[in-house]
Amino acid sequence: MRGSARALAQLGIVLLAGLALLSLLLVATGHAVGPALAALVRGAFGSSYAITSATIVRMIPLGFAGLAVSLAFRAGILNIGAEGQLLMGAAAAAALAVPLAAAPAAVGIPLLLTGGAVAGATWAAVAALLRLRFGVLEVISTIMLNFVAQYLTGWLVRGPLQEPTRVNPQSASLPSALQLPVLLEGTRLHVGVLLLVVVAFATWWWLTHTASGFRVRAVGMNEAAARSAGDVAVGRTIAGAFVLSGLLAGLGGAVEYTGITYALYENFSPGYGYTAIAVALLARLHPLGVLGTALLFGALEAGANAMQRDAGVPSVVVSVVEAVLILLIVGADRWSDRLSARAEAAT
Amino acid sequence: MSHSGAPAGAAPEHGPDAGGAPAFARAASVTPLLLLDGLSHRFGRVEALRGAALTVRPGTVHALLGENGAGKSTLMRAAFGLLQPDRGELRWKGAPHRLASPAAALRLGIGMVHQHFTLVPAMTVAENVALGGHGRFDPAQAAARVREVATRAGLTLDPDARVGTLPVGAQQRCEIVKALARDVELLILDEPTAVLAPGEAAELLAWVRRYADAGNAVVLITHKLRDALAVADDVTVLHRGRTVLTTRAADSSQEALAAAMIGDAATGHGNTGPATTGHADTGRADTADTVGTSSAGPVATGRVVLALDGVSVRDARGVLLLREVTLTVRAGEIVGVAAVEGAGQHQLLRVLAGRMDASSGRVQRPARVGFVPEDRHRDALLLDAPLFENAALRGAGARRGRMPWAALRAHTSALLARHDVRAPHAAVSARTLSGGNQQKFVLGRELADEPEALVVENPSRGLDFMATAAVQSALRAARDGGTAVVVYSSDLDEVLLLADRVVVMYAGQLIEVARTREAAGRAMLGSAR
Repeated sequence: MRGSARALAQLGIVLLAGLALLSLLLVATGHAVGPALAALVRGAFGSSYAITSATIVRMIPLGFAGLAVSLAFRAGILNIGAEGQLLMGAAAAAALAVPLAAAPAAVGIPLLLTGGAVAGATWAAVAALLRLRFGVLEVISTIMLNFVAQYLTGWLVRGPLQEPTRVNPQSASLPSALQLPVLLEGTRLHVGVLLLVVVAFATWWWLTHTASGFRVRAVGMNEAAARSAGDVAVGRTIAGAFVLSGLLAGLGGAVEYTGITYALYENFSPGYGYTAIAVALLARLHPLGVLGTALLFGALEAGANAMQRDAGVPSVVVSVVEAVLILLIVGADRWSDRLSARAEAAT
Repeated sequence: MSHSGAPAGAAPEHGPDAGGAPAFARAASVTPLLLLDGLSHRFGRVEALRGAALTVRPGTVHALLGENGAGKSTLMRAAFGLLQPDRGELRWKGAPHRLASPAAALRLGIGMVHQHFTLVPAMTVAENVALGGHGRFDPAQAAARVREVATRAGLTLDPDARVGTLPVGAQQRCEIVKALARDVELLILDEPTAVLAPGEAAELLAWVRRYADAGNAVVLITHKLRDALAVADDVTVLHRGRTVLTTRAADSSQEALAAAMIGDAATGHGNTGPATTGHADTGRADTADTVGTSSAGPVATGRVVLALDGVSVRDARGVLLLREVTLTVRAGEIVGVAAVEGAGQHQLLRVLAGRMDASSGRVQRPARVGFVPEDRHRDALLLDAPLFENAALRGAGARRGRMPWAALRAHTSALLARHDVRAPHAAVSARTLSGGNQQKFVLGRELADEPEALVVENPSRGLDFMATAAVQSALRAARDGGTAVVVYSSDLDEVLLLADRVVVMYAGQLIEVARTREAAGRAMLGSAR
């Protein structure tokens, strides 16, 4: 309990530091701090439309990708490839939408989502295989696979998946029967948010309450001890967690495609897979925490757009703040580790 | 890096004739090149050095002998400025000095070659030798310097070869040249033959002899008696941080040195005096009393639980680490394993515990074997996880379905009570426990499902007296409960204290010996046959 109180306090400090930095950047770039921040808050939470159609809409892909990153990091796998896995999930769903165009929603939607999840899992399996077979660091391979996924998507939307008129570099629009149902009339809020909450709870429950989830955590905490004391098949556990992580990101891509964009295009993801790393770290890799931090980053991104529109502040300013937040979190963790190590040494 | 902290000619604290040099040094007519006296140093609770002394005469090879953990490396690290001893005196050519860093030692003329090389594999020999120098780097000049130093010292070395591509012997020559290029007069070699093939080792020792004959001095850290007697002029033996024997090699024998190394009070001196107040020593103080009672343990009549028949283990490079080992362990006995470092005990224990596969031979092993590895932080515990999760780790690989956390918590609380693990509750993280409580916890966990066999490696490493006693009595209780127990300890006294039977590993081979310090000690050093 004391630990989680400290984590919350740390989170507060990090967020305050982020706010201070944002103000500083606004001043440095010659913008009035008050109106800019007001635009940011208004864009994120100013109206029910802002909340449902801007903030939560962005929270959903960030949440799925954040869960993917949390799960991988819990297993000690530095999966930086949620971006590529998410893209492949969307691409697979877009590809499946062609043969399924006439299918009823009850059949079509589950198939699209499953296809996206399997594609994300497959994309992660490539990196898992490279690591376990050839010892390739997953940090490198997943980043590289992100580029492959990015350009593969670019080719798909100019080639096999291009819309029938062959004018725009994007896939055909998803038939409305296959689109995820909208939750609130007049908004963009779709049932993907419910799916996200269910998946977050399922991930948390699996990690904490099942033997296979425990093995994943044990391997992430201490591979040697898991192997020696627990007789855990470490390679198989890592492969499983890696693939599951890709599955979550791929599902996120398919949900984004069927719930918001209804089409695949080259810049399908504005870096959701990378922001997800901050989402996961800020949540201290806790699946339920991810729901909160994904909402926070969703609000930041929505607010950044509003700030750009209403106050003329480039949205990259917020990207800088997000990046610094990651560094602050990692730094704060190291710092508190050092403090507790020192306290230990003193006793 | 910083040279400011350690003035090269550190101001003498007292005149050259103020201190009392040991009798041995006074007996030698020449001023010793290096004199260490009364060096003490603690690492946390462990007293690594307790008044160790060493006197190196110019033009000699001085062998520094001792078991693992006797303090050999610590003593020489102090001589090379890598650590600053808590107490004690260092004199170089008669003048007292305080060495704040290896740079200061090198300026005096003391060089050291570590057991684990400190070379940059991607660089050439010349670049490695020039590393740490100042000013502009001139490849041609650096290569010429290497050639000059190597020729003068009589070592073959190509200055332009990449270190990573060189065989181990050549890498070692590179390390030596690196030290010699700084114009050292005293070269400390830490276990130099450990990494070499027999032919290379003989070559190196011959070079050491020639180098010393040319007027320099060498300190040879080793636990190989043959090496010591073959090339050394003088021998110093350390035991538990104390100098227990200093002698001319010509006046000594393998038996006398072996006896001193294993701390035989009859030959060594000063190691069982009343001044032994440290934790470790109090731990041993009961040795003499308890050996008697433990020998009354049950004679091995139980059924065979663990059996190895002609078991060999090769590493990835094909080197034999275990050579046709045959061993049986019966229910209700403790088999103690004694060995010096790297004799194959690491592999033996893991094969017995089912944590490593044999390359050949037959292994008989029960379904459940408990294993307590020596490095509990690395191999036994999830330090940041609560204790009940650590308890659940045993058998986690085969578990299916849900984790019964409520039952596991209760099970863990019972475990804490049964094995006297001092922890507030089962949900604190393993990191918050002291070393002794961590070890009691791990032992309790491994014993919880009543395994038929228990394999334990260095059970009391890093523990204080009370924890050591608790762990040892837990092992005896397991034995009395009918478990087949195998214990390895780097401390021979602990092996003798616990074991019903003693086996010794030497160079990958296993032999059973009498349960006496002399027999085990000789076999550990390979002089039994």
